[in-house]
Amino acid sequence: MSDSIYASQYREFARGAGRTAPDWLAYLRQCSLERFEALGFPTRKNEDWHFTSVAPIIEAAYPRRSTPGGDVAADDLAPFTFGASDWPTIVFVNGVFAPALSSLGALPEGVRVYDLASAVRDNDPLVERHLSKVAPYELHAFTALNSMFVNDGAVVRIATEFEVERPIHILFVSDALAAKTQTNPRTLIVAERHSKATVIESYVSTGEASYFTNAVTEVVLEDGANLSHLKIQRESPRAFHVGTIEAEQKRDSHYQSFSFSTGASLARTNVYTTLDGDGAGATLNGLYMLDGEQHCDHQTRIEHAQPNCFSRELYKGVLDGASHGVFNGKVYVHPIAQKTDGKQTNNVLLLSERAQVDTKPQLEIFADDVKCTHGATVGRIDQTALFYMKSRGINNDLARRLLTYAFAAEVLETIEVEAVRQELERATLQRFTGIEVSAPS
Amino acid sequence: MLEIKNLHASAGEKPILRGISLTVNAGEVHAVMGPNGSGKSTLAQVLAGHPAYEVTAGEVLYEGENLLELDPEVRAQKGVFLAFQYPVEIPGVSNAYFLRSAYNELRKARGEDEVDPLDFLDVMEQKLQLVHMSDDMLQRSVNTGFSGGEKKRNEILQMAVLDPKLAILDETDSGLDIDALRVVAEGVNAMRRADNATIVVTHYQRLLNHIVPDFVHVLAGGKIVRSGGKELALELEAKGYEGIGNRELGIGNRE
Repeated sequence: MSDSIYASQYREFARGAGRTAPDWLAYLRQCSLERFEALGFPTRKNEDWHFTSVAPIIEAAYPRRSTPGGDVAADDLAPFTFGASDWPTIVFVNGVFAPALSSLGALPEGVRVYDLASAVRDNDPLVERHLSKVAPYELHAFTALNSMFVNDGAVVRIATEFEVERPIHILFVSDALAAKTQTNPRTLIVAERHSKATVIESYVSTGEASYFTNAVTEVVLEDGANLSHLKIQRESPRAFHVGTIEAEQKRDSHYQSFSFSTGASLARTNVYTTLDGDGAGATLNGLYMLDGEQHCDHQTRIEHAQPNCFSRELYKGVLDGASHGVFNGKVYVHPIAQKTDGKQTNNVLLLSERAQVDTKPQLEIFADDVKCTHGATVGRIDQTALFYMKSRGINNDLARRLLTYAFAAEVLETIEVEAVRQELERATLQRFTGIEVSAPS
Repeated sequence: MLEIKNLHASAGEKPILRGISLTVNAGEVHAVMGPNGSGKSTLAQVLAGHPAYEVTAGEVLYEGENLLELDPEVRAQKGVFLAFQYPVEIPGVSNAYFLRSAYNELRKARGEDEVDPLDFLDVMEQKLQLVHMSDDMLQRSVNTGFSGGEKKRNEILQMAVLDPKLAILDETDSGLDIDALRVVAEGVNAMRRADNATIVVTHYQRLLNHIVPDFVHVLAGGKIVRSGGKELALELEAKGYEGIGNRELGIGNRE
């Protein structure tokens, strides 16, 4: 195994771009390599990957992108910036920080947004303290793969007791030059005590190239922190996307995650959080909409490690064509996590006979005084509602599309940032109705 | 306007309508009454084209055209409107968007231009007053979280916006308190014209104090067993369906 294509790329990387790394980082990369080589890519025998084959990623064997560069102009980003010109935005093109496209000039006091590569160069203690601590490389091959090449990405820090009104946007763009390469963006978000912020993490493409994004995001919520974290995955239709988000929550913190996933031919998003302080709460919502041969897998894991925590989860999927959706929601309640209050829902709407879904709630409860529920529905368009709309003169096709939109909109409504909600509603409405208007209001 | 001839319909294997004949002319209000299970709601839904029912015999002519061959949306576009007994909740679609889509579909079918959201608001203003609704109802999802009375008023609001030639009210009075009933009835009465017609399906005579019918038909066992003027409703109220059924109609020993 020691001579996989990734091992040889690692050696090349360690001699080249990775050469100047401080010892702790060089060590992390080396350990990650060894771990990755030992784990290998997951197969479907692995319970966590039972419904998703990563064979296309293995066969493609896209090498790590070694030369920076891209052909993205500021205007190309307009479709992805939610019409908000005054949000702090950090842009990466093909995995590499693009200062000219970023707008970090007028950051509010108490907020720092910067690129990981310079943070490492500058010996930023925040990075050394947290990197790989929340998302350890030991357990997951893709996290190990990311960690052995960890080099660039975003760092966001919200200082104690600061409330940031404007969302912070981390935008990873791939263009035609990303074709047949792999990028390993790494993001670290630290919300210090009693801070409040919204961070949007977008993975988008200006072209239709096939490439592989293997992203890892680590999120730290200190006591009383409130973080709204939106992940928008609109990769190229031929891309592979594996993205892992791991959060660690301390006492009374609230983590609100939303995963919007419509892109890529093969996508896997992991959202893991550990409620590691009394009274913490997590709200994990998401919407995936697939067509054609797309495959999209969400795995969430909420670990209730302390008492009096709550978790809420609502994922919706709309599957058309011969697409395949997977949802696996794990809730793990530790023995000491009494008074846990957990609720999980996954609703899927199948628009075609050939679309397929696997949904699997997994509750493992080791405390005795808890309230945990889960529910999953898989259905087709509600015939009663369809008849109701038709009886008002709305034709069958439009009625079906509106009902599909309505199904999706119910979870989009939970997005608090209005500009993002409106843009995703617009994109959703347009997808299902072909109507290029603002969302129905 | 509407001619129903020997209409038979069933839900699955179960026959429900067993030979209904009824003629409704422009300018008329017909009340269809009957006990539970008599088929009166089925009649309303068959006329609107509900897919759960299969017409097994008979015909329905609407303005000389075979109504049963038309899709539900085409019926609506040609002026047929059913106020649902149980209005459907559609979370995620605003009332305003829903009404405007329906309104524009009807306009398109008539070869007219669609109206934009702002002009549509003007259309809505007076219609809302008719049913005593405030415009924040427009921003809420269709019927979602509405009270029983709000749902029924929303049906009448839709009716007012779509201005049908033939309106069928399916137990619109059920579950309404007297104030809500009055609002609904006033709305319906305000829309009565010489060139439209209304079929009021109801279990109770009460509604007919407010919407005064020209004709009353009593349904039992899927057939019209008696027709008369508005005084027939009062007789039913006095004697009850069983009273009339047992002595005059032989419906007491129905399944």
